[in-house]
Amino acid sequence: MGPITEANSYYSSLYKFFLDLEVGGVDIIPEWLAYFLAGFLVIFSIVNAVVIITTVATWAERRLIGRFHNRLGPNRWGPFGLFTPIADAVKLLGKEDTRPEGVDSWIFNMAPIVFIVPTILVFAVIPIGENTYIANLNIGLLFIVAVTTVGTLGMFMGGWASGNRFSLFGAMRAVASLISYEVPMVLSIVGVVLLSGSLSMVEVVEAQTIPFIFLQPLGFFIFFAAASAEMNRSPFDVVEAESEIIAGYHTEYSGMKWGTFQLAEFIAPFGVSAILVTMFLKGWEGPVLPSHLWFFLKVCFFWFIMLWIRATLPRLRIDQIMAFAWKILFPLSVLNLFVTALELLIWKDPTVSELWMMAGINWTIAIVCLVVISRAGRSRISTRPMLFARSEISYNQSGEVN
Amino acid sequence: MYGLGILGGMLITLKNMFRTPFTIQYPEQEIPRASRFRGEEFSWYEERCTGCASCAKFCPLGIIKIVTTPGGINMQEGESYSVDTFDIDIGRCMFCGLCVEACPYDALFMGSGFERSKYRRSSLVIPIEELKSSEKRPSTWFRPQLEAKEYNPQKDQDLSWDEVGR
Amino acid sequence: MPIRTEPVTVNIGPQHPSTHGVFRLRVTFDGEVIQDLEPVFGYLHRGSEKLAEERTYTQVVTLTDRLDYVASMSNNLAYVLSVEKLAGVQPPERAMYIRVIAAELQRIASHLVATGFLLQDLGALGTPLMYCFRERERILDMFEMLCGARVTFSYMRIGGVFQDAPPEFWVSLSKFLVDMPHYIDDYEGLLAGNEILLTRTKDVGVLHQSTAIDASITGPVLRGTGLEWDLRKHDPYEIYDRVAFNIPLGTVSDNYDRFMLRILEMRESLNIIQQCVQQIPEGPIRTEGVPYLVRPPVGDAYGHVEGPKGELGFYIVSDGGIAPYRLKIRSPSLINLTAMKDMLVGGKLSDMIVTLGSIDINMGEVDR
Repeated sequence: MGPITEANSYYSSLYKFFLDLEVGGVDIIPEWLAYFLAGFLVIFSIVNAVVIITTVATWAERRLIGRFHNRLGPNRWGPFGLFTPIADAVKLLGKEDTRPEGVDSWIFNMAPIVFIVPTILVFAVIPIGENTYIANLNIGLLFIVAVTTVGTLGMFMGGWASGNRFSLFGAMRAVASLISYEVPMVLSIVGVVLLSGSLSMVEVVEAQTIPFIFLQPLGFFIFFAAASAEMNRSPFDVVEAESEIIAGYHTEYSGMKWGTFQLAEFIAPFGVSAILVTMFLKGWEGPVLPSHLWFFLKVCFFWFIMLWIRATLPRLRIDQIMAFAWKILFPLSVLNLFVTALELLIWKDPTVSELWMMAGINWTIAIVCLVVISRAGRSRISTRPMLFARSEISYNQSGEVN
Repeated sequence: MYGLGILGGMLITLKNMFRTPFTIQYPEQEIPRASRFRGEEFSWYEERCTGCASCAKFCPLGIIKIVTTPGGINMQEGESYSVDTFDIDIGRCMFCGLCVEACPYDALFMGSGFERSKYRRSSLVIPIEELKSSEKRPSTWFRPQLEAKEYNPQKDQDLSWDEVGR
Repeated sequence: MPIRTEPVTVNIGPQHPSTHGVFRLRVTFDGEVIQDLEPVFGYLHRGSEKLAEERTYTQVVTLTDRLDYVASMSNNLAYVLSVEKLAGVQPPERAMYIRVIAAELQRIASHLVATGFLLQDLGALGTPLMYCFRERERILDMFEMLCGARVTFSYMRIGGVFQDAPPEFWVSLSKFLVDMPHYIDDYEGLLAGNEILLTRTKDVGVLHQSTAIDASITGPVLRGTGLEWDLRKHDPYEIYDRVAFNIPLGTVSDNYDRFMLRILEMRESLNIIQQCVQQIPEGPIRTEGVPYLVRPPVGDAYGHVEGPKGELGFYIVSDGGIAPYRLKIRSPSLINLTAMKDMLVGGKLSDMIVTLGSIDINMGEVDR
C-alpha cells in the first residue's frame, strides 16, 4: 500500500481490517487479497450508493415536478409512494426486448452500456467527504472531460443502429451539440485550474480559501450551461424532444435497455452537480455537520435547480443551441480565461483580501457582459406590442348606446 | 431582456409549487357533480310509462329497444301498453338526453353516476329488470319540477313515482 | 466546391405526440431545412354531413357537437343560427344573452387549450399546460352546472336555449370573472417575456396578408397579419352589437403574434361576459310555438359565427321535411391548413411543430 492510498482514509481502514483478520491466530488473508477486497468494497459501495440514490431521485423528481404542476405526484405504492422505482424496475424487466428488423445488432446492444458507464465512472475521482474518494488521480479533471465525451458516443451508436430516420435525427443533433459545447466547458475548467494550480479534484477542494463561485462567476455560468447541454437537459434537450422526434435515439429500445438509458439520464445530473460543487463550492467543507452530509446537501441543491429549470423553460432549437455555444459561451470563456490569467500575473500568490478584490472585478465584468450581450440581441429577445382596433360603441351605466 | 423574463417565469413556477394540489385522491375522495349531470344509469318509473316509445323514436343512434303488448293497464287514462322489453345499450349511448326530452309523461330520467364499467361489451346493455329494480336517483336535467324542489341526486334520497311528475 | 446533399422524405405520421390529432405530413428535408410539405388528412372522417341527412334538425345538434370537440358551444350556435335564419324563428332576448355568454366562455376554454398545447410542443414539459387546464376545469364545471355535460353539450335548440341557468351558475361565473384576470397575468408573466420563447417564436412561420386573404383564412391567423376582420363586428349576430369590446391585432403574423393574440382575446372575452351579465333581462328562454319536429320552408341559408379558430359556417338546404336535405360545413381549420406550406418552406423541423400548434387546428373539424 503506497503513499497514495494511505491518505484515503476510507480505503485504508478497510485494508487494515482485512489484513488483521485472524481466524484462530492465523492471518487468512494475504496482502494482495486484502488490497483487492478493500478496493472492491469501496468501489462497490460508491457505485451502489450512486445508483440507489438515483432511483430514489426518480421518485423525488416525479413528485417535485408534480408539485410544480400543482398536482400530486406518485404516492400510491409504499409510504408516500417510495416503492415506485421498484415497481418501475419490475415492469421494465418484464417487458419484451424488441429488436426491429434492419438494426445493426452489435451496436444496438452495446449502445446502452457505452452510455451508462461513463456517467458512473465520473464518481471515481470526486471526493465525497473528507479523505473519502476512490482514487486521487493527479489528472482528475482531464479524466472527467475525457470520460463524459464517450457517453455521447453511446447516444450516437443508439441512434444510428436503430435504423429509424427520427433516431438518426436525434443522433446527429447530439453529435452537433456535443462538439459545440466541449470547448466552452473545457475552457471554464481551465479557469479553475489556473486558480487552484492542479488538475486533481482533491487539491481543487483544498485550494479554495474562498469558494471559486465568487472568483469565477462567468466560469460557473458557462460550466453550468455547457454541462446541461452535454447531458441534454432542458432547455437544451432537442436530442430527445418528445414533441418533435418522438424519443430521438431511444425510440426503438424497450424493456431494460430503455431503462438503462433512462437511468443514465438521471445519474448525469448528479454527476454534473458533484463536479460543480467540487470545483466551485468547496466540495465537502462546511462548519458543523459531517462532510458527507454537506456534500450531499450541496449536490441536492444544484440538482433541484436543474429540475426547476427543466420544469419551467421551453427548449431551444438546434441551430440556436449551437449559436449560443459558439457566439456567446465561447467568447465569454476566452474572456474569463484571459482575465483570470491577467489577475494571477499581477497578484502571484494572492492573500484573502486580494482574492476578494479579484472577485469584485470578476463580478463586474460578468454583469457588464450580460448587459452587452442582451443589448446586442435585443431584436430577438424583446417583446413586441400588439395593436388594437378600438371599439366605437361605448356604453353608459344604464345600458344604452352613447 | 437581461434574463429577467426567464427569472420571472421561474419565480411563478416556484410560487405555484406551494399552492395546494388541484388533484384529489380518487377513489377515496370524489369531486361533487352538478345536479344536472347526465349520468350513466337511467331512472325509469314504470308506473308513469305508457309504452309510447317516443324515447326510442327520438334517440339519434337508435339504441333503445322497446317491445310492448296491449295490456289493459290504466284503462281510465287511455290504456297504457305493458312493456315487455326495454333495452338501453350504454355501450353506444352518447348521453345526449334527447330521449328524456322526448318523454311526455316524465317517466324516463337521466341517472347521476358514472362508474358502470363492465368486463364485456354485451353486459353494457341495461335490461328491463335492472331498470325496474335499480335505485332511482334521477338527474334534474330537463326536469324543472325537480329543480324547483332543489333535489340533488348525489345527496338526497330516491324519489318515488308520484313525486317526480309535473 | 459545394457538398452535394440528398433530400430525405420523412413521414410525420398519423400517430405522433404533437400533431393535434390524427394528421399526417409528408415532409422533404434537406438536413433540417424543410423543402416541401404535403398534408394528408382524412383519418378522422366520420361522414357528419351525410349522417345529418338522416336525422331531424334537433338531432343534428348532437352531431355538430362533435365537429370541433374542443369548442362545442360555438358549433351548436352556428348550426342553430343557420336553421333559425331558414325557418324565420327569432329567439327571445334572454336566450340570446345566455348563448353569447356560453360562446365566449367556450372561446376562453378553446384558447386555453391552444395556448397550453403550444407550450407543450415548445418543450416546457407540461407546466403551462397544467396551469391552462386547471382554469379550463373551472369553465367546464360551470358548463356542467348549466347543461349536465362537460365536453359535448348539445345545449342550444332551435328557438333558444335548452334550459335556463341555475342560480349557482351565476355565483360561480362572477367568482370566475374576478379570478381569471390574475391567472391570465400569470400566463403572461410566465411566457410573454421569456427569452427562450421569444427566440423560438419570433419571425417564425410568417404569413403575408395578401396570401392570407387569397386563401380565405379567418380567425386569429388573419388578425395576426393586421387586417381587422372579426364577424362579431362586421356581421353582428345575436347581441354582439350591444357590447363593447376591442379586437387585438398583430403586425407580422408570426407565431409570437398569434400566441399573444389568443391571450389578449381571452381578456376581451372576459370583458364581453361581464357586460352580458350586467345587461341580461329576465324572460323565457325558448320561443313558443316551435314544434319538436321543425319543418323549415323550402330554400337554403348560410349562417356563420366567429368561432375560436375562425369563421365557422353552416349551409343548409331544406326541402320542407324534418331532416335537412344537405348540410355543408365550412370548417375554419381545414381552410387555415392550406396556408401551411407558405409559412413553412425554408424553416426547420422544430419550427414546423410550433407553427402547426399556432394555427390551432382540430382534426374533428378538418375531417368532419
